[in-house]
Amino acid sequence: MSDERKYRWVGTRPIRHDGVDKVTGRANFGADFSLPGMLHGKVLRSPHAHARIVSIDVAPALALEGVKVAITGADMPDIASEMGTAGEGQVDYAEVSRNVMAREKALYDGHPVAAVAATTSEIAEEALSRIVVEYEVLPHVLTVDEAMAPGAPILHDHLRTAGLDPVPDEPTNVAQRIEIGRGDLAAGFAEADEIVEHEFTTQMVHQGYIEPHAVVARSGEDDQSVVWCCTQGPFTVRAMCAKLLGLDVSKIKVIPSEIGGGFGGKTTVYVEPLAVLLSRKAGRPVKIVMSRQEVFRGSGPASGTRIRVKLGAKADGRLTAAEAWLAYEAGAFKGSPVVAGAMCMFAPYAVENVKIEGYDVVVNKPKVNAYRAPGAPPAAFAAESALDELARKLGMDPVELRLVNAVKEGSQAIYGPKFRAIGMVETLQAAREHPHLKAKLGPNQGRGIATGFWFNAGMQSSASVSLNEDGTATVVSGCPDIGGSRTSLALMAAEELGIDVQKVRPVVADTETIGYNDATGGSRVTFATGMAVIESARDVVRQLRERAASIWGVELEQVEWNDGQALPINGADEGELEPLSIGTLARRAARTGGPISASTSLTARGAGPSFATHICDVEVDPETGVVQVVRYTAIQDAGKAVHPGYVEGQYQGGAAQGIGWALNEEYVYDEKGVLQNPGFLDYRMPVASDLPMIDTVIVEVPNPTHPYGVRGVGETPIIPPLAAVANAVRDATGVRFGDLPMSPPTVLARLDAR
Amino acid sequence: MESMHYESPATVAEAVRLLSDAPPGSARVLAGGTDLLVQMRIGRIDPALIVDVKRIPETRGVAVRDGALVIGASLETMTLRRAPDLEKNFPGLAEAAALIGSDQIQGRASLGGNLCNASPAADTVPALIVLGAQAEIAGPEGTRRVPVAEFVTGPGSTVLGRGEFLVSLHVPLPAPRSADAYLRLIPRTEMDIAVVGSAVSVTLDAGGTCTAARVVLGAVAPTAIEVPEAAAALIGSTLDDAALGRAGQAATAACNPINDMRGTVEYRRKVAAVLTRRAAAKAAERAAGRN
Ligand SMILES: Cc1cc2nc3c(=O)[nH]c(=O)nc-3n(C[C@H](O)[C@H](O)[C@H](O)COP(=O)(O)OP(=O)(O)OC[C@H]3O[C@@H](n4cnc5c(N)ncnc54)[C@H](O)[C@@H]3O)c2cc1C
Repeated sequence: MSDERKYRWVGTRPIRHDGVDKVTGRANFGADFSLPGMLHGKVLRSPHAHARIVSIDVAPALALEGVKVAITGADMPDIASEMGTAGEGQVDYAEVSRNVMAREKALYDGHPVAAVAATTSEIAEEALSRIVVEYEVLPHVLTVDEAMAPGAPILHDHLRTAGLDPVPDEPTNVAQRIEIGRGDLAAGFAEADEIVEHEFTTQMVHQGYIEPHAVVARSGEDDQSVVWCCTQGPFTVRAMCAKLLGLDVSKIKVIPSEIGGGFGGKTTVYVEPLAVLLSRKAGRPVKIVMSRQEVFRGSGPASGTRIRVKLGAKADGRLTAAEAWLAYEAGAFKGSPVVAGAMCMFAPYAVENVKIEGYDVVVNKPKVNAYRAPGAPPAAFAAESALDELARKLGMDPVELRLVNAVKEGSQAIYGPKFRAIGMVETLQAAREHPHLKAKLGPNQGRGIATGFWFNAGMQSSASVSLNEDGTATVVSGCPDIGGSRTSLALMAAEELGIDVQKVRPVVADTETIGYNDATGGSRVTFATGMAVIESARDVVRQLRERAASIWGVELEQVEWNDGQALPINGADEGELEPLSIGTLARRAARTGGPISASTSLTARGAGPSFATHICDVEVDPETGVVQVVRYTAIQDAGKAVHPGYVEGQYQGGAAQGIGWALNEEYVYDEKGVLQNPGFLDYRMPVASDLPMIDTVIVEVPNPTHPYGVRGVGETPIIPPLAAVANAVRDATGVRFGDLPMSPPTVLARLDAR
Repeated sequence: MESMHYESPATVAEAVRLLSDAPPGSARVLAGGTDLLVQMRIGRIDPALIVDVKRIPETRGVAVRDGALVIGASLETMTLRRAPDLEKNFPGLAEAAALIGSDQIQGRASLGGNLCNASPAADTVPALIVLGAQAEIAGPEGTRRVPVAEFVTGPGSTVLGRGEFLVSLHVPLPAPRSADAYLRLIPRTEMDIAVVGSAVSVTLDAGGTCTAARVVLGAVAPTAIEVPEAAAALIGSTLDDAALGRAGQAATAACNPINDMRGTVEYRRKVAAVLTRRAAAKAAERAAGRN
């Protein structure tokens, strides 16, 4: 990829195809859909963190006029343990089933225990209040410390710690222990001139997507069910609904709506299978819309964590050893992203002696789900905070310290493979040259930097490109558009076909209209589905050349495709053949061999990792503890920015969410294990006025495995901010904050204790 | 699941009749609805009758009458803030009103609603009290006036009796070399509830000595509380650092806050002093600028 490829469309910033409908309010989101005769479903949720369900009586609810059906755990088929994909990760369908509807025990405040469908939502609400549930309240555990303590209350009697040899035969809340590493840790620390050791905690946080989960399910006499919902993964919803209800996948069709954010949180199911089951029982369509409160209590946030880090380095900054211990809350069922956290935390650095130990711990809180670079932000917070302290001890500039240790092409990643071309060094250099790093700081201000790494995913995609009879084109994929992927896919098709991007109509299809697609997640759509679009478009171009060749009576090799038209070459250009435009060829398609279209299904390999360096300035009010981010720059390698505006949007959005994680966001539970802040008032995400305009720098080190060099960009930007903010606060105040969030009361208490 | 009835009377008398006729506790007055509708949606209240007072002219305008600024109880803050001289005469009240919610909320939220909702953290209440504002109440027995300082009796409760509602707020125009200021602390910059609020008004003499002052704290007790000790620390001083510090200490001493997820008792006490000090300094600077 050394030769500078010139692009006509890739790298431009057209208005998104779905933009006008979205800003005028015409676009249909999950809750916008309705059907005639539709019932309204509501879910009854456990008010207890941990309780045995002694009995549930739905009869009083069914006695209410207008209530058509009610379901409990007893109505859910018992299914065997089987792993399946959800977003970038793996889940056990049997546990998904128990998460969407409790069986013997309710495992967290908000765990569904029953659901009803009625003619109006008011009646359904009233019906819930008439369901009689007898609970035997059990002691609960909310944090990894509580859950791992000897004698802790146990969530699942059958759970044993995987990853220990031999697996102990005692009930535990530790679902798994993992260890990764290399080299000789003791030797590495012995060699070090300086050693730092720190401990960190982070709290459970939510993705905070603005659109609550919503679904309409319709089931017919033919045993088929159609599901309209907002999801990142329509094929995931299809698989899960089928598995959970014991149906063939072909019995379910999922039609995705527009989606008002997901960030990983819409890569599994919550109310969708319940709506299908209710509609199958009622014989009428059923709609369920979660409230904001239900979203906080009953969907999948990100793990709270405890992490210890120890680093050793030579006086010149070279890291000699890196050690970490991580414990992540999984929520009520196993499967926290501790493994990804462990793999990412030191990935930006070429350190030879490493040991990372990780624990996946169940607690009486909602089962966690993916949140943008799942697992990485807390781990990077710990690693990058420790590095900041190391830089201070060594008296080194924090950017220099990272440059000395940065991985480059050919470095062996701690998690296994050898890196191909990557942009870690380039983002650090861009940071070093950025005016932000040289700007003067005011009183009570401080500056921090931090880096981040994310693998990015490839996975499975299908897409088709069809040429319309007037020379316009339709691009169909099965990946819901969260970050502008429609327009990015259209840009790639326009590039290959040589037509205006506004002549390309990008469509997100349902599960029966296009081949299988893994979810929109893992920063994979522009990369992987993009490859399927490029391949399809190239196939269409080949067909167009064939048509031109047959019209001209020449060989395929004598036709070149250039800027939307067929040109004669290799001898064919000596006659008087006029170029044939895509429009002409499209109009003549019926007589030259029929419709022109192509589809591609692939497993995309070689997703290029994306590295980032963020610079953050804060001002800390020493009398109130309020931390204000006053300047912020996000620098990241995009490989190739197909639509730079959307790439910048991802950098800014990730930074904003990471800043929220650092400063104010947290799940707050009372002593009974009941969530205290299930709403945006007291679950404090940053609002626009809390943030400065976030400056961005797009670094482009092409990914050698993608035709245009694309890397995923969506997840990496949430990784550096936690430490970037903490390092800036350290700089401003002299105090190292190891516990997030750095909310004003916490900050003031530490400042006053100085 | 009772059905809800909505009325929008055009006169004070009609509103009083509707409210008086409704069974006790079943009717609610609606102004902007930014508290009321939220409370209905989360199921905290379930009124059978909603009386929307926004069509009643007396609850709408803003004008100077008899030496006071009269603010209609249901007037949205966005309009109030554009009233001539509001910012000049009552900079603290203007900044308190501007703090409520966001632009969207400001298009609905009223000072009457802020007061009648009787939240300990309501932003405009301390600002009204330091200005000596009066509440004009209409009811079956006619109208009466109550100082805003006495209007709220506890969280969610007010002096309003059966059939009564708030018509307007009367804020006396400031004396020469007087000014007010309001500061609050929230973890964010907007869309939040005050962890601590502090309103201060001061009057200076020609030499810059403080001759009158009021200090009111929000969110640190069941209702907004006036802190005469803090005012006393300011009166007679030139509002120098020492006096401001003493006023801050008095504010801390007067706090009776709760521990909750928005702030600890310890935190609220400390911040009450800081905000009082800063608000007093700001008010003093404004008053001095009015020679
Ligand atoms: C997103 C958001 C942000 C907010 N931010 C803030 C903030 O920063 N600071 C703050 O203080 N508040 C805030 N609030 C709360 C609310 O906006 C304010 O209290 C507002 O002033 C209420 O005015 P309203 O006209 O909407 O009142 P309503 O909701 O209409 O009424 C509130 C209460 O007062 C009663 N009432 C209203 N008018 C009368 C009357 N004339 N006579 C008798 N009773 C009456 C109602 O019955 C109800 O009980 C916020 C609310 C939201 C939703």
